[in-house]
Amino acid sequence: MPDKGLGQLSDGLLFTAVVVYALAMLGYAGEQASRKARRAVTAVRAESRVLLGAGGPPVSAPAVPVVTERPSRAGRIALVLTLGGWLVHATSLVLRGFAAGRVPWGNMFEFSSAVALVAVTAFLLLVGRGAVERSLGAFVMLPVVLYLGLASSVLYTEAGPLVPALNSYWIKIHVAAAVVASGSFLLSGVIALLYLLRSRYDAGVEARKSPRFPVSLGAQLPSAPVLDRVSYSVIAFAFPVWTFAIIAGAIWAEAAWGRYWGWDPKETWSFITWVLYAGYLHARATAGWKGRKAAWVAVAAAVALVIDYYVVNIFVVGLHSYA
Amino acid sequence: MTELDEATRLTTQPAPVQQPRRGDPFGPLRLGWRQLTSMRTALLLLFLLALASVPGGFLPQTSLNPIRVDQYIREHRTLGPLLDRLQLFDVFSSTWFSAIYLLLFISLVGCLVPRTRLHLKALLTKPPKVPRSLAKLPVSERWESDADVDTALAQARSALRGWRVVRRGDELSAEKGYLRETGNLVFHLSLVLLLVGIAIGAFRGFKGTVLVVEGRGFSNTIASYDDVHPGRRFSPASLVPFSVDLKDFRATYGDDGKALTFNADVSWSKLGGTPKGYDVRVNHPLAVDGAKLYLIGHGYAPHILVKDADGTVLDDAPVPCLPQDPQFLSTCVIKQPSTKGKQVGFRGVFTPTTVTDEGGRVGSAYPGPKNPALTLTAFVGNLGIDSGIPQSVYTLETKSMTPVDNGQARALLPGQSWKLPTGVTLTYVDTREWATFQVTQDPGKLLALIASVGMVAGLMLSLFVRRRRLWVRAGGGPGEPTTVQVGGLARTDPDRFASEFAAITARMRE
Ligand code: HEM
Repeated sequence: MPDKGLGQLSDGLLFTAVVVYALAMLGYAGEQASRKARRAVTAVRAESRVLLGAGGPPVSAPAVPVVTERPSRAGRIALVLTLGGWLVHATSLVLRGFAAGRVPWGNMFEFSSAVALVAVTAFLLLVGRGAVERSLGAFVMLPVVLYLGLASSVLYTEAGPLVPALNSYWIKIHVAAAVVASGSFLLSGVIALLYLLRSRYDAGVEARKSPRFPVSLGAQLPSAPVLDRVSYSVIAFAFPVWTFAIIAGAIWAEAAWGRYWGWDPKETWSFITWVLYAGYLHARATAGWKGRKAAWVAVAAAVALVIDYYVVNIFVVGLHSYA
Repeated sequence: MTELDEATRLTTQPAPVQQPRRGDPFGPLRLGWRQLTSMRTALLLLFLLALASVPGGFLPQTSLNPIRVDQYIREHRTLGPLLDRLQLFDVFSSTWFSAIYLLLFISLVGCLVPRTRLHLKALLTKPPKVPRSLAKLPVSERWESDADVDTALAQARSALRGWRVVRRGDELSAEKGYLRETGNLVFHLSLVLLLVGIAIGAFRGFKGTVLVVEGRGFSNTIASYDDVHPGRRFSPASLVPFSVDLKDFRATYGDDGKALTFNADVSWSKLGGTPKGYDVRVNHPLAVDGAKLYLIGHGYAPHILVKDADGTVLDDAPVPCLPQDPQFLSTCVIKQPSTKGKQVGFRGVFTPTTVTDEGGRVGSAYPGPKNPALTLTAFVGNLGIDSGIPQSVYTLETKSMTPVDNGQARALLPGQSWKLPTGVTLTYVDTREWATFQVTQDPGKLLALIASVGMVAGLMLSLFVRRRRLWVRAGGGPGEPTTVQVGGLARTDPDRFASEFAAITARMRE
């Protein structure tokens, strides 16, 4: 039977995690701001040197304070906060499982929390492996905080037992794989959007236009090839996992409903998502489709994924008894 | 293709389509086929497939819920029939959807055959010759060594453990990661097998549903089923011969009325075999050879006893009632054509946990049988059964009947009876439960499963194995130091290859 106290503790921890993530986001943003200031200083210095060299009037010291070159403390604090938030978040999910006496991904609220946890995990792993700069965290934590906030206010469900159809060990396998793939896909979707932003920014700079907000944010981002590669590698990891999740789901459906595939709305949307990601991987190998076009496909696939979970669960009638 | 292109091709993917030679009589045909099997067409068809599935994810579909489709068409007077004409309520069996996936699979097979041949050739032949200019490769390095050419090459070779290496003259060609392409081909081939598996199931498979009351049974023959969906090439002879008796059905519910568990305790046997017990549950079907039996629904069947005016027993059987709401308020019909006087018929409302509102209307407050009652409205007259028009057992035709007690309903508790003015007596004896079972046979299922495993395995190889090539050229005249040039490239992940390359060349120089 559900344990109320544990459930409440879990909810409290999730709330704490969201707050910590939000603080981390501010930290990353602070790091970026200080880098921007540093860049401005360098630019002024370069300018004065040019002027001096050209024999112009002597220039006084730059008016902007000089920023030290050591790594930003704000960024380091932000990373520590992200790690701490991750721990609290993970604990919240585990407690939720104990509170309900089952795996903690039995309804949409828990599912969303788990998906966000995977996205943060993937981001931390990428930073740990040196694949991306940690300051990217400003752009990653923002959607995570919004997503978790939305999930816990709109989709909140108290810890409780499962309906009989969900009570199978295939749910553990199927949903766990779906959670891991979805968290990674959503992260890659965010990175693909950032890639699009950055390449718009680069194109603007090339055309000697000064980009306006939000394209101007591109200056804060890793280079376009890095973003492209990272979003690809995350999708390349998640795609087989998603494929496996669909197959596990089919095996489960065969045991529960007597057919492995029936074009139930949920199945249809996971299929659409799968085909779009297959399209993305194909696009990257097709002449004329690399780069921005492929990134748009990745974004479309992520949108299909969101439709699969939220629009279908809430608005379309099907067999999948979540919500 | 230039020599450098040839040496640096690490995939079997089809080249972009080029114009065929002039004067080729099959030119247009060849061009069309190349277009169809090109990467670009594959991509286009994939997008079309995704797009074509979208209406199936929003609109009600006949295969899932014909009632909702009818309702949709009724509610959308102009749009509904139009969508219907465009097969948008049957997306996944529509002509246009089929056209897209068939084209995609033709393209796939057309692309797979040459790719497989090319890859087999690559597996059987040695890594390609060293390109003239190693410096043009993504990573390259050159240095001078004190060792002679043979020693330098031997050392280079020993730094390439795990690679396939071939020496031609004073040059080495090395390659690694063939499994990437193998995996990719296995993945695409598995897609074809999956489609074959699905097709076998659709053509030769069978699905039937049957309602069984506790204490009764059925056998796996077409005639036993209330509803059958045979595939187009299904042969009744392939039905697995077995029979099943439902001994007991149990459902448990939480305090809030949500279902917790369903169990159907059955006894089954193959033709002439000894009966065995099995507990059929959701997620726990009974498998008999190639057939599977699933529990897909349940409800109540009040057991009634009907006696004629002279005391003859006319009926002594459970009557299945169909659930109408989550609390299992259920409805059924009782027809009694063989009375000596006028025929009688009843409309019944069964409520497992009976409550009555102020207006005297019965309802059910809980799905479990805490306080069961059977509320009946009786009619006498002519049931119209002999008119030749087939009737459903769940509807009562009251055109030529008159209601008893002015249509006033009467609630019976278990054990209670109602004696009609014609002398016929109905007794509600007790309550039984029924379960609906679905039996499916899908001979393509195993192939589909094998193909799925192939897909995942192939994908993992294709996405995680990195294919790369590396070449070494050593040279230098007698008395001169030996110059070693190394160059290489990888299909994916250039950063990782760059560091791997640096590590290898470091070992070569030691
Ligand atoms: C039935 C639909 C298809 C699906 C779902 C599909 C899916 C995929 C996926 C997921 C990949 C990525 C794996 C990787 O990067 O190694 C891939 C790669 C590939 N596909 Fe397909 N594919 C389909 C049809 C086709 C067709 C018709 C062709 C022939 C033109 C084709 C040719 C290729 C090639 C050559 C690659 C490897 C690209 C590379 O060299 O990296 N595929 N496909």
